Amino acid sequence: MSTSQATPPSEFNSALERRRFTSSLFKNCCAFLSWLCIGILGFLLVHIFSAGWEWVSFDFLKNPPSRMPHKAGLFSAFMGTIWIIVTTACIAIPMGVCSALYLEEYARKNRLNTFIEINIANLAGVPSIVYGILGLTLFVRFLKFGPSVLAGALTLTLLILPVIIIASREAIKAVPPSIRLSAYALGATQFQTVFHHVLPAALPGIMTGVILALSRAIGETAPILMVGAVAYVRKAPSGILDGFTALPIQIYNWAREAKPEFEGLAAGGIIVLLVLLFTMNSIAILIRNKTQKAQS
Amino acid sequence: MSSAEKTHTVSEEEFMNKRPATPEPQKNSSEASDKESDMKNAHLKGDNVTISYGSEQAVKNVDIRFPTNKITAVIGPSGCGKSTLLRAFNRMNDFIPSASVEGSLIYRDMDLYGKDIDPVEVRLRIGMVFQKPNPFPKTIYKNIAWAPQINGYKGDIDELVESSLRSAALWDEVSDRLHDSALGLSGGQQQRLCIARALAMKPEVLLMDEPCSALDPVSTSHIEDLMLELKKQYTIVIVTHNMQQAARVSDYTAFMDSGVLIEFDDTGTIFTKPSVQRTEDYVSGRFG
Amino acid sequence: MAETATFSLGKSKKRSRWIEEATRSGFFLCALASVLTTFGIVFVLIREAIPFFQVVPLTDFLFGTRWNALIEPRSFGVIPLLMGTMIIVIGSGLIAIPIGLASAIYLSEFASDRTRKIVKPVLEILAGIPTVVYGYFALTGITPLLKLINDDISVFNALSASIVVAVMILPMVASLCDDALKAVPRALREGGFALGSTKTEVSLKVVVPAALSGIVASFVLAFSRAIGETMAVTLAAGATPKLTMNPLESIQTMTAYIVQVATGDIEHGSVSYYSLYAVGGMLFLITLGANLLSHRILKKYREQYE
Repeated sequence: MSTSQATPPSEFNSALERRRFTSSLFKNCCAFLSWLCIGILGFLLVHIFSAGWEWVSFDFLKNPPSRMPHKAGLFSAFMGTIWIIVTTACIAIPMGVCSALYLEEYARKNRLNTFIEINIANLAGVPSIVYGILGLTLFVRFLKFGPSVLAGALTLTLLILPVIIIASREAIKAVPPSIRLSAYALGATQFQTVFHHVLPAALPGIMTGVILALSRAIGETAPILMVGAVAYVRKAPSGILDGFTALPIQIYNWAREAKPEFEGLAAGGIIVLLVLLFTMNSIAILIRNKTQKAQS
Repeated sequence: MSSAEKTHTVSEEEFMNKRPATPEPQKNSSEASDKESDMKNAHLKGDNVTISYGSEQAVKNVDIRFPTNKITAVIGPSGCGKSTLLRAFNRMNDFIPSASVEGSLIYRDMDLYGKDIDPVEVRLRIGMVFQKPNPFPKTIYKNIAWAPQINGYKGDIDELVESSLRSAALWDEVSDRLHDSALGLSGGQQQRLCIARALAMKPEVLLMDEPCSALDPVSTSHIEDLMLELKKQYTIVIVTHNMQQAARVSDYTAFMDSGVLIEFDDTGTIFTKPSVQRTEDYVSGRFG
Repeated sequence: MAETATFSLGKSKKRSRWIEEATRSGFFLCALASVLTTFGIVFVLIREAIPFFQVVPLTDFLFGTRWNALIEPRSFGVIPLLMGTMIIVIGSGLIAIPIGLASAIYLSEFASDRTRKIVKPVLEILAGIPTVVYGYFALTGITPLLKLINDDISVFNALSASIVVAVMILPMVASLCDDALKAVPRALREGGFALGSTKTEVSLKVVVPAALSGIVASFVLAFSRAIGETMAVTLAAGATPKLTMNPLESIQTMTAYIVQVATGDIEHGSVSYYSLYAVGGMLFLITLGANLLSHRILKKYREQYE
């Protein structure tokens, strides 16, 4: 009968103490660095709110920009952003969703379609300033739209199109194939199947993706800066061929000013921008959670 | 109706006496004492083990002994909790956040779930081979050498690799390509590599979770031969859904159903004259 | 009643076929728009760069070490702009890669569900903050902080820009690495644990090597993002094209130069104006190369697990 004395294998020097220590050290380092991200976000928000909170007021929202900090506001920039984003949405959403439907529902696996797919993936990685160069050359100068809402919106459309397509494709892919099969089995055409069944089922997912893409477009500065929204614009646009300024542009202009008051104005502008983005993202998350609940 | 609905830690003798059915009278005394001494010599044991995933109990109040230097097979229909029980013995269930283990699991003088016990220590002494071969995406050599190296192996690593591969009956097939990727091996070879990898750590117990379920018959018989060879040095526990396999290789067999240990006896008894009707139904293929 | 036609199949069949064809072609045209975008970018960059290269030889552009585009005497050697971009890329990479990878390892291997539910949204928020906000943050938040440590730092400097670019690319590195680590089969981890190794040993020696291609691909994508980053570097890093490796000085990146030309009052049609397209083309080629490389790495890695 063997003894019940525990005898760890002697050929090993497992050094469990040391390894346990290294392990927990490593874990804590990783944990620290993860929580550091939260610290950075906290620092950023505190910094901006403490600098800009006193500038945010009703007057700030309804005044045009001004050389005098205490009279300056971002009415024209805010309206410019609304104009731009609505125009962008009107062009980008139908195009993006239709592209996604084509790639998911209609496209056969051939060279051209594979090329389109690779192309979209690559476009998503092109820096936004390159879209700005394209917009400046093609829309502003070549098509002679000038530094207008239309030129800015078209530029942003090209920029977020890949994002919308990729998100919509994911949503369409998630629609169970059985829905399509049962529609076809009832004698529906592909058009009917797609518009009566697939699209409604994918809609919440598509909307989430679209809102996230639009909120990215709102914050994009470089492309519309390139298109020419740097000018001093006091009036809100009244048509799509009017010149415009936008929230991020106004923030950029204020941030470049040397006077410390403008620093506060920039922070105030950032607060308005962040609140806008936060609202849009909350809506997107709300839609996502609602449909997740409905599906489960 | 089952023996397993018991509580508290029990001694070996008690355990023997509380077998689900009365001992068979026709059994001769030498056999009986063999079994008795095997049970006394069981260093790996679980008392009143209950394992739950959230609120669902996968293993309920199981008392079990695994005799040293024997092969014990755990059989039962799928979902009966046999793999869960096995994994509890080297604390693999730690990685399932909802899993909780109650009762006492003891190896020699070590309480496997003791407060001051590091699961790493448990796993160093109790090795495991999994259902699907899971070699690391590294070379054959590194698959075996890795664990000994991080554990500060004092001897010659090359020799250890060779002897482990020999013990796993794989050396002749791979000795000329030790530095090729392990993913290039066949399924059966990969599984033997995983066994070799476990042996290199010189564990005292080897837990095998359906080690042949992903393998073809030839590889399966390789591994079965290997197990019979290995039991001279190791205590082996094998979970299997293949009853022929349990009958072929094991000395003892435990039958589980719905998380409960229905019957435990030497393999011959389980397969020829089990004392519980359910066991007989299962081993004769009437359900499961 | 079989002879009574309940549905006028013949007519609607014809109509529906027409609708089918029309929607199909319409959708195809939409999908084609993205291809046209790519062609548009390439066409514009090439066409408008030609006038530039008619004046400035390609070799002067590629190997010249002085960039002085806006005032006489003009000189168009792109190396200083490239160098400025590289300082930002290297600086932000040195910060973002270790933190991003460590966070990913923590999230996928150690963290509880609760922690994940806090950290992941924070990373998403960080990723969603507009770049102009980061630019402002660098200028008014980071730089004064750095000045406390070392007063010699100029107001516009590469270091504070690198730090905010790092914060911008960090969420991407973390979430892509997290995906890559999660894709490693659980069986591999169990194999490691069953041999008696600690969580750290399994993470670093089993899981990370197995996910290496996904991790490297995320680094390459981060590299590409950092190169193309515009607003933060325009605001915080300065507008002084300089051949330096000192991150405490003011520099200029390729993207910042493009903004400077496009928003400044440079005469349309001058060599300086067209230099925008030469620099833009270079930027496009580098990021395209990086993106293709990371796709290739990822594709290889997918094959490994399927």
